[in-house]
Amino acid sequence: MTTTANKPSTRRPAKLAAADRKKPSTIVVTGVLVVAALYFLAPVYWVVVASTKSTADLFATNGFAFASNFRLWENLSQVLSYDGGIFVRWFGNSLLYAGVGALLATYIAAAGGYALAKYKFKGSNLVFGIILGGVLVPGTATALPLFLLFSQMGLANTYWSVLLPSLVSPFGLFLCRIYAQATVDPALLEAARLDGAGEIRIFHTVGLRMLTPALVTVFLFQLVGVWNNYFLPLVMLSDTRLYPITLGLNNWLSQVNRLPEFYQLTTGGVLLSIIPLAIAMVVLQRYWRGGLTEGSLK
Amino acid sequence: MSATSQHTHPTPRVVPAAPRPTRTGRRRSGAVARAPWLLLTPFLALFALTFILPIIVAVISSFTKVTRRGLFGEAGITSSFAGFSNYAQALADGNFIASIGRMLLFGVVQVPVMIVLCTILALLLESASARWPGFFRAAFFLPYGVPGVIATILWSFLYVPGLSPLYSFASVFGLSPDFLGPNTVLWSIANIVTWSYTGYNMLIIIAQLKAIPGEVYEAAKVDGASPVRVAFSIQLPLIRPALVLTTIFSIIGTLQLFAEPQVLQSVSPAIDSQYTPNLSAYTTAFAYNDYNVAAAQAVLIALVAFILSFAFLAVTNRKSS
Repeated sequence: MTTTANKPSTRRPAKLAAADRKKPSTIVVTGVLVVAALYFLAPVYWVVVASTKSTADLFATNGFAFASNFRLWENLSQVLSYDGGIFVRWFGNSLLYAGVGALLATYIAAAGGYALAKYKFKGSNLVFGIILGGVLVPGTATALPLFLLFSQMGLANTYWSVLLPSLVSPFGLFLCRIYAQATVDPALLEAARLDGAGEIRIFHTVGLRMLTPALVTVFLFQLVGVWNNYFLPLVMLSDTRLYPITLGLNNWLSQVNRLPEFYQLTTGGVLLSIIPLAIAMVVLQRYWRGGLTEGSLK
Repeated sequence: MSATSQHTHPTPRVVPAAPRPTRTGRRRSGAVARAPWLLLTPFLALFALTFILPIIVAVISSFTKVTRRGLFGEAGITSSFAGFSNYAQALADGNFIASIGRMLLFGVVQVPVMIVLCTILALLLESASARWPGFFRAAFFLPYGVPGVIATILWSFLYVPGLSPLYSFASVFGLSPDFLGPNTVLWSIANIVTWSYTGYNMLIIIAQLKAIPGEVYEAAKVDGASPVRVAFSIQLPLIRPALVLTTIFSIIGTLQLFAEPQVLQSVSPAIDSQYTPNLSAYTTAFAYNDYNVAAAQAVLIALVAFILSFAFLAVTNRKSS
């Protein structure tokens, strides 16, 4: 890879940047960035403020200012305890679908991508071509027929109906294949063979280790993809106890017209559901960058 | 790679399937031939179950007509080949066609706005004048971690009169907006989509900007090119692939729009049950229980997305050559 050649370009020379900082352009550029940041952060700020208010204050006070009556903990404990702690269950379901789904999907995509990159065999191009077509098929196009299929198989309205489709990541396989081609050294595999290691064992000991950076990216993509998925669980699930958090919160929102206290439940629930992923987004930012270049440049 | 030196054979065999005459060698080459299929099996099995089978099911049921005998179908159900009648029914549905037209209008406005916005933000963040680029990048990317449904719930609170501080904010300027009216709600949805995906697309573009070799910038500096000139003559042409990629993903995404309008329905009566193509297919399947017409609609949506993506690719390829 060309990491060493790229290094000078990733950071502009420090002297140059320091000289530019004094220019009026810095003020203009920073001003534009601040306005953009306000746009992206304002709704999140609003929900933080709203979840500290009572239902009465929510409508009576300014949305961007805290009310004198600070009720964050009462609201959150209500969110967590309502309906026998159904929110915690939804959260757990989302963790199961996204966490377990993404973990297994990454492993399965890595095995497939590695096989397509490191072995020459009949039909490999055909297999890869079909899978690549899968990247372009939108998830919502398959959700409806998948429901028909799963209801015939008796799988609809079960954990499996959401988990099974979450295990497949054609994009992940595509990324792993590119990465394996570029980084896994054939001589290393041959050396392992001469040591008497079996092919599957070589994949687990040599292949997976060298694919790690790509695996992190595939995992993150799949995690966010499944966590954000709405159409598939909406089509598949009718039992609210199997709902992921997205479906559950929408269920609460749809009741606000009849029962205004659901405003408090929904804002509190939204706040709780945003926190973990927002932290993950910010902390894991650099992994997104690396993986995306791999996908878009080749 | 230093760990490998102790294993490296004097003449490393690069081709894994090289047959060797010994008995163990023959067994090894068989294992090498089987290995890729073993590794691929889990993926292929799941891919067949969740991609290929549903597509086949969708295509078959879109050409099938189900007839129920008796008042409630209690006397049995028969399926027969329907030809293109389901497609004809889907295409004759004015609301379905209108929903596709609505999404085209949406895409023509929202996709360029978002691509321009994320390109500007990426260029500014990568320019030498930007302060605290790490903080701003994180702030812009954060909405991508908020699921579409949650983002819509969030924004719907900001759209509802009485709850939203935006109305009192707007009245200061003498404006009285109606975010949920029949003419404006489409653009309120466009705002949610832009809010969600700008940061993500920006990261794709930043990744490509970082791949531009430093010498190119040095040469421009020597030639006395201004930052604006550098952006238009060097950076924009070189990030074209990223722009094409993000535009295609956005086109496909636009036609799939579902969660945002479906969730906004509970606060905006202007959104009907056939507001977007996917909402239409969902309604046909689950409200009218007409899975065959719904399948035809799903196939049509996928076809339109394919055609638009390829048309866009063809246009950009012709321009570049």
